[in-house]
Amino acid sequence: MSHPVLKVTGLKKAYGAIQAVGGVSFEVQPGEIFGVIGPNGSGKTTLFNSMLGQITPDAGKIELKGQDVTTLGPLELNRLGVGRTFQTLQVFGKLSVRDNLIVAAQEHSGSMFSRMFAPSDSGLGAKADALIDQFHIRHVADKKAGELSYGQQKLVDIAMAFMSEPDLVLLDEPCAGVNPSLVGGISSLLKELNRNPRIGSHSSFVVIEHNMDFVMDLCHRIMVMVEGTVMAIGTPAEIRANKQVLDAYLGS
Amino acid sequence: MKQTKIIAGVLGLALLLGLPLLLKNYGVHLATTWLVFVIATMGLNLTVGYAGQKSLGHAAFFGIGAYTVAICLREGISFWLGVPLGALLCFAVGLGLGFPALRVQAIYLAFATLGFNTAVWLVMRNEEHYTGGNFGINDIARPSLAGFSLDGNLAYYYLVLFVGLVLAALMFGLLRSPWGKAFMALRDNPIRAESLGINTRSYTLLSFAIGAAYAGIAGALYASQVQFIDPALFTVGQSIMMYLMVVVGGPGYFLGPLLGSAVGVILPEWLRFAQGWYLFVFGVAVVLLMIWLPDGLLSIPDRLRARRVSRAASAARAAQSQGATR
Repeated sequence: MSHPVLKVTGLKKAYGAIQAVGGVSFEVQPGEIFGVIGPNGSGKTTLFNSMLGQITPDAGKIELKGQDVTTLGPLELNRLGVGRTFQTLQVFGKLSVRDNLIVAAQEHSGSMFSRMFAPSDSGLGAKADALIDQFHIRHVADKKAGELSYGQQKLVDIAMAFMSEPDLVLLDEPCAGVNPSLVGGISSLLKELNRNPRIGSHSSFVVIEHNMDFVMDLCHRIMVMVEGTVMAIGTPAEIRANKQVLDAYLGS
Repeated sequence: MKQTKIIAGVLGLALLLGLPLLLKNYGVHLATTWLVFVIATMGLNLTVGYAGQKSLGHAAFFGIGAYTVAICLREGISFWLGVPLGALLCFAVGLGLGFPALRVQAIYLAFATLGFNTAVWLVMRNEEHYTGGNFGINDIARPSLAGFSLDGNLAYYYLVLFVGLVLAALMFGLLRSPWGKAFMALRDNPIRAESLGINTRSYTLLSFAIGAAYAGIAGALYASQVQFIDPALFTVGQSIMMYLMVVVGGPGYFLGPLLGSAVGVILPEWLRFAQGWYLFVFGVAVVLLMIWLPDGLLSIPDRLRARRVSRAASAARAAQSQGATR
């Protein structure tokens, strides 16, 4: 039987006396969109940073497709097929949009030495163009990414995470600071990428987001975190119906 | 577009080839010095302009290259062996200097490299047995190639030009390859770069090492050109001057070092008429440049284009709104 894409077991991380994450366990299945919600300070970001190798957890285990990756750093995790987006904009401002996409995947083939003699676009031009069309950013493809509007940069940011065809993409507040009309666009793009057999085939996502309509609409399952622990895991309908969650977070 | 670029390239090359024929002896010497600094700052432009690593230790590598060739020649080792040896040594030391850059960034890195420059300078000054101390090394010979002496200023100019063109072609190839994008990604956002599988560690170290090797070759050529070197040529002040050349020319622009070195090497000569005031005039010019063109001289075309695009966009908007009100 195949492994879950991501399996987190008993994850703990404390900062001094503060237990940011106190024993979190969950699994993400292939192709699943898994949402993580919770009030500020509930440990979502610490959990995320642990999964991304930015920080090393105090205890617990993180497995990627059955492989223990608890102690690996961001570079190794990316090479193993973990893509991510950031809460704040993180594009390469002085590179063109197209080059932003190319550089996002170029290090996934060959060695540093062979890349010295590789073509300028590393043979990724067609793939970059496909994503540019899918994200409807053709008209700005040759502009420097730093010159685009916030929403456009956000789209570039998300597209970059998908260039290397990752098995797992961690999206940190993809709707933060985005105007409402684009939220719907991002949602449908992510759904498309999730089932698109060409790019991002069988991609699983973990999404942190405060926009409840977005999360409820997009995610297959949702985990509610409160004070570093898991309060509930379930489908959007189950979460909506959970009395405890309503009291603690969602409100009436 | 491509055609104009080729024509500009051919014209530029013709200018570089013909330039010394129009100049007197001192002018040829000055043009050679300019090319030497173009080579050195081409390396620094990789480290600073493309990879975004603030280095204030470039003159140390320039010095290491110069002393390597000077000592080689004194010990009877060929110039043609000394130059690659200097480059190799600088590459290795540059790799070493890259390690602090893995831990500290921006102004802190600048201070670390500045400390490195001072340390190298002290070695040049104090290890008299090898370096001649404060008295330096003189009578550094110019090489000959296949029986043809490069002793004359004109011949030496063409040697430096040839080496410079080869190194420029190599740099162009490197920056055009995926490495160029990786360096720029490292500069624009190292954390994001790492999250995309870019080995920021290796690229940081190599940006220092390759930049240092360019400085080493430039220094080696410089030693044989001026035929006398002492530690005063390779101080932190010189490093700052080289940094300035990169910034003035346009960091991250391939041709930036051509202009930046001209400002650093040739402009002071033109300002001789100002005599005692020349440093003042130079300083004010740099201050004004930094205010109006923080991205260097070569950012002018980009700026003009951006202005044209925004003017066209606002004109389009105006036309649209006019159409809407009608």
